[in-house]
Amino acid sequence: MSRQGGSVKEKLKSYKRTPGSFIVMLLVLLAAIITFAALLFLIAYILVNGVPYLKPSLFSFTYTSDNASLMPALINTLIMTALSLLIAVPLGIFSAIYLVEYAKRGNKFVEIIRLTTETLQGIPSIVYGLFGMLFFVTFCHWGFSILAGAFTLSIMVLPLIMRSTEEALKSVPDSYREGSFGLGAGKLRTVFRIVLPSAVPGILAGVILAVGRIVGETAALIYTAGTLAKMPKNVMSSGRTLAVHMYNLASEGLYMDQAYATAVILLVLVVVINTLSGIAAKKLTKS
Amino acid sequence: MKRKALTEIVMQVIFFVAACASVLAVALICIFLFANGIPAMKEIGFVKFLTGTLWRPKNEIFGIFPMIVGSLYVTAGAIIIGVPIGILTAVFMAYYCPERIYKPLKAATELLAGIPSVIYGFFGLVVIVPLVREFGRTMGFHGNGNSILTASILLGMMILPTIIGLTESSLRAVPEQYYEGAVALGATHERSIFRVVIPAAKSGVIAALVLGIGRAIGETMAVIMVAGNQARMPEGIFRGVRTLTANIVIEMGYAAGLHREALIATGVVLFVFILILNFSVALLKRRSEHE
Repeated sequence: MSRQGGSVKEKLKSYKRTPGSFIVMLLVLLAAIITFAALLFLIAYILVNGVPYLKPSLFSFTYTSDNASLMPALINTLIMTALSLLIAVPLGIFSAIYLVEYAKRGNKFVEIIRLTTETLQGIPSIVYGLFGMLFFVTFCHWGFSILAGAFTLSIMVLPLIMRSTEEALKSVPDSYREGSFGLGAGKLRTVFRIVLPSAVPGILAGVILAVGRIVGETAALIYTAGTLAKMPKNVMSSGRTLAVHMYNLASEGLYMDQAYATAVILLVLVVVINTLSGIAAKKLTKS
Repeated sequence: MKRKALTEIVMQVIFFVAACASVLAVALICIFLFANGIPAMKEIGFVKFLTGTLWRPKNEIFGIFPMIVGSLYVTAGAIIIGVPIGILTAVFMAYYCPERIYKPLKAATELLAGIPSVIYGFFGLVVIVPLVREFGRTMGFHGNGNSILTASILLGMMILPTIIGLTESSLRAVPEQYYEGAVALGATHERSIFRVVIPAAKSGVIAALVLGIGRAIGETMAVIMVAGNQARMPEGIFRGVRTLTANIVIEMGYAAGLHREALIATGVVLFVFILILNFSVALLKRRSEHE
């Protein structure tokens, strides 16, 4: 949407008559430069300082106070992500199906669901953490466990998956549905065989974004999944994810080198996840 | 045929039940937070809890006023730093950005949103804290760099993607004719944008601002890592501060009894703040839809 015409010289000339506009233009450019320079600097700084510390001992399967290995945390992160998605993805997709395909327009209940989803989206992660501690850890007697963490996170990412699925379902043209009905398929068959498959890229983009949030989450996990740095025995044992591990290393201040290296791994994970989500979203707009 | 109708109905019920999950989640969150937090507030005294300037858990003195003020200070700082840069960057994205570099820059703003808060916190700890410490010393202030200013800069950076994304989409929602009309009347590119397009996109920009406030006030880990976390009234932008969120995370690990409940009550106060913010965003949205 660039609306710049003419050569640079001409433009500068026209700015001569309007110095105010010229200053505003400079401010806009400056702001954009600050934003993107800050991001570049952050990434470059962490890569430059962290990559040299990526040693094999960091990836040892047993955590000791010597190596501060991130492997157990990485595995915990994978388990946590899988469990949270297992809960949140079906719930999110099903509720989006209800909202888009089944609920009638102007339904009061739909309004309530919209409002609660928006509310969930705005709740800070520490409040989720508190709730998880009160409900899953204490009330359900699960203790500090991966399961409690996964349930807490699944509530946190639920609105994200709901929203993206809703958008994806809405973007499926009605003619698909009409065609399917016209061929004699029932509502359920239409939803699962026709509508959902064409909405997959959009749903996927949302799910991948959810993965990004789960991987990066700390505050909601400290008092639900705990901070044990060992390999988990089962889902009822406590375990720290990579982000929690990173926080502990940095705040203890004893393992700054390992903290840099862990930051690299975390950052790379997040960049990969973001790129994947972008690719999925692009597929949706193409088809 | 009948069997088919049955599965249809069963699945419809399942979809409906799934849709109830988010309502149930919000209800549970409210119930558990309020049920665990309100009694402690009552025991301490609502007014004493909210306006007390002393936080001494060992002596059973629980006043969270310093933390409320702390949260407000760092949020205000984040807004002062993040909002102008964010809005101007959004203007850049919508009206200045050459098409060739638009896509990578858009991806960059999304990445900015995706970076975990621990990474931001770590970056703040190793980069911004020393910078602010040096800057403070040359200005004649003492302090170790863990300060309101540091937290504000870091949070300002963290709310950028929220502000940029929402502002840009509300700028793009303004009809093209507004801009063209202004230019046709002889206004410059800049004057058309700032005098015509941005006022027309006002409600979207305000929504961006409110969501930015919500993100800043609710941020936890990044703030803990750079703000110093002293539980006393803040004494200047180069001095340390503790926010509501930090109060919960720092002390929950060893708190018990009334102390623990007071921390949950801190969470309730934060939750109410956020609910008010959310509610005002919802109102703004409704209003702009009706226009």
